Amino acid sequence: MDNSFAQRRRRDLLLAAGFTAVAALVPLFVKDVYVQNIMVLTLMYAALSQSWNILGGYCGQISLGHALYFGLGAYTTALLFSKFGVLPWFGMIGGGLISAVIAMALGYPCFRLRGHYFVIATIVIAEIAYLLFLNWDWAGAALGIDIPVRTDSWLTFQFTRSKLPYFYFALGFCVVAWLVTFWLQDSKWGYWWRAVKDNPDAAESLGVVVFNSKMGAAAVSAFLTAVGGSFYAQFVSYIDPESVMSFHFSLLMALPAVLGGIGTLWGPVLGAVILIPLTELTRSFIGGSGRGVDLIVYGTLIVLIALARPEGLIGLFSRKRKGASR
Amino acid sequence: MTTATIIQSLASGLLMGLLYGLIAAGLALIFGLMDVVNFAHGEFLMIAMYVTFFLFAFFAIDPLLAAPLVAAALFVFGAVVYLLVVRFAMRAKANVGMVQIFATFGLAIVMRGLAQFFFTPDYRSIPHSWLGGQTISFGGIYLPVPQLVGAGVSILAFTALFFFIKKTDFGRALEATREDAGAVALVGIDKNRVFALGWGLGAALVGLAGAIMAMFFYIYPDVGASFALIAYVTVALGGFGSVFGAFAGGIIVGLVEASTALILPPSLKSVGIYAVYLLVVFIRPRGLFGSI
Repeated sequence: MDNSFAQRRRRDLLLAAGFTAVAALVPLFVKDVYVQNIMVLTLMYAALSQSWNILGGYCGQISLGHALYFGLGAYTTALLFSKFGVLPWFGMIGGGLISAVIAMALGYPCFRLRGHYFVIATIVIAEIAYLLFLNWDWAGAALGIDIPVRTDSWLTFQFTRSKLPYFYFALGFCVVAWLVTFWLQDSKWGYWWRAVKDNPDAAESLGVVVFNSKMGAAAVSAFLTAVGGSFYAQFVSYIDPESVMSFHFSLLMALPAVLGGIGTLWGPVLGAVILIPLTELTRSFIGGSGRGVDLIVYGTLIVLIALARPEGLIGLFSRKRKGASR
Repeated sequence: MTTATIIQSLASGLLMGLLYGLIAAGLALIFGLMDVVNFAHGEFLMIAMYVTFFLFAFFAIDPLLAAPLVAAALFVFGAVVYLLVVRFAMRAKANVGMVQIFATFGLAIVMRGLAQFFFTPDYRSIPHSWLGGQTISFGGIYLPVPQLVGAGVSILAFTALFFFIKKTDFGRALEATREDAGAVALVGIDKNRVFALGWGLGAALVGLAGAIMAMFFYIYPDVGASFALIAYVTVALGGFGSVFGAFAGGIIVGLVEASTALILPPSLKSVGIYAVYLLVVFIRPRGLFGSI
């Protein structure tokens, strides 16, 4: 038992190292800016979904309001930089910390709610924040914030001439989110979360501090999500409430994990690698006329995967492996 | 702010609230029946509004006359959605909750895409309906006629629903299935048939609401999204699954929305609704009328 556990961990680490090495080499061969753009987004959503998965997948607290933390990360960075000239790196850490604190403050009342009441509470809270930012004049209200252009450097985290630095940051972010999950899933927290997800009452009776473990998951998840928002603000260099805090983002963060395999280490990565390029490609090839074909393709895919592979696409791989070892 | 303004907005809020109740009734019915939240509920409303629009544009049928036709069309649509999508989503062995959320949500996206594809993203409206644009004055308080009629339709629909559930065989089968689907199968009631009819009925109710809404609201592919969240809040306030809780929830939501608009800028009027939702569930985690 212990042996296969160690084997699984070693295999996961090797796979991750392999994928990272291959991914790091790809931009040396793929020079097309459009394709690089899709790769950056794919990595970003893989990392975001990985972060969402900590709270939604492992701990079982389905949040459809993570756009709040994404937006807080983006706004903290953009506001600090454009109003006070504070470097984005401080905004990134600051936004992460603010989000983690807010996630715990919101978790305090929300984690008493169960099922749909919890899900709707997360949607509603993110929506309130969205409406407030939409009306907050100092933060640019509906017009948003144009991030002032300085010199291209890692210090200002601005690169107007090349997408490559963003690509490598996104890759690093993805690796960090993966490693955090990898480490947490087999720590005592990981076991607590699964116990809380499967049966909170039983977990409580066995001495798992249900409430605290939900709070921990929320804080880690929110921190990482805000880092993603902060990155996104630098990447697109213009943000408004619609583009960083709308419900749409909450879904885009949850979807890859759900499609790939919720509560699994590789699910979010797999889901993002399939979903994000597909969305971007359908949007630019057939959805250009604004006639909704991209939505039809994308929605159909979600329905089909939800119905045919409720455990996520990752199930395809584990089945194959089981068959091979027999 | 004078007393007259306050009464005026509360009266409009009450009318809108009765309509919110009607929009949410089908959602509550389906949830109560089988524990499924239909995340495409807003898109059902959108389809109903388009059906009303096209009946008007092509056959010059006034929305008021069209309402029963729209309800019938949506009945069929709801039953078909159950049979083609939801039935399979309920069979999932893993992640049942997530599968239902994403199956119905995916459906919502497809419906929005189809609406954009076939109807274009243009905003449409029904310019000359019998009731559209008219107002009645009651002692200085002006009420728009379409909303007033809508409120009446809502009260009628809820009354009819009450007798339907209590007095007809299908209504009793519905109640029995929601109590215990397994036992119902033992006495020879086909669970799938009851569920399909439940989805039909739920969709028909939102169809009725859509026909009324089409008289005074713009019709466009994303119109459902703005009402869907309000409908979820309405249903949750009433206590998930209680159809008559949705009626009360709708009235509360309408009144809260109108009062918020008195105090805060109009663009923030939904904040009041959301805040009341949070307040209620933080105090009573199963909604106002939900059993604890």
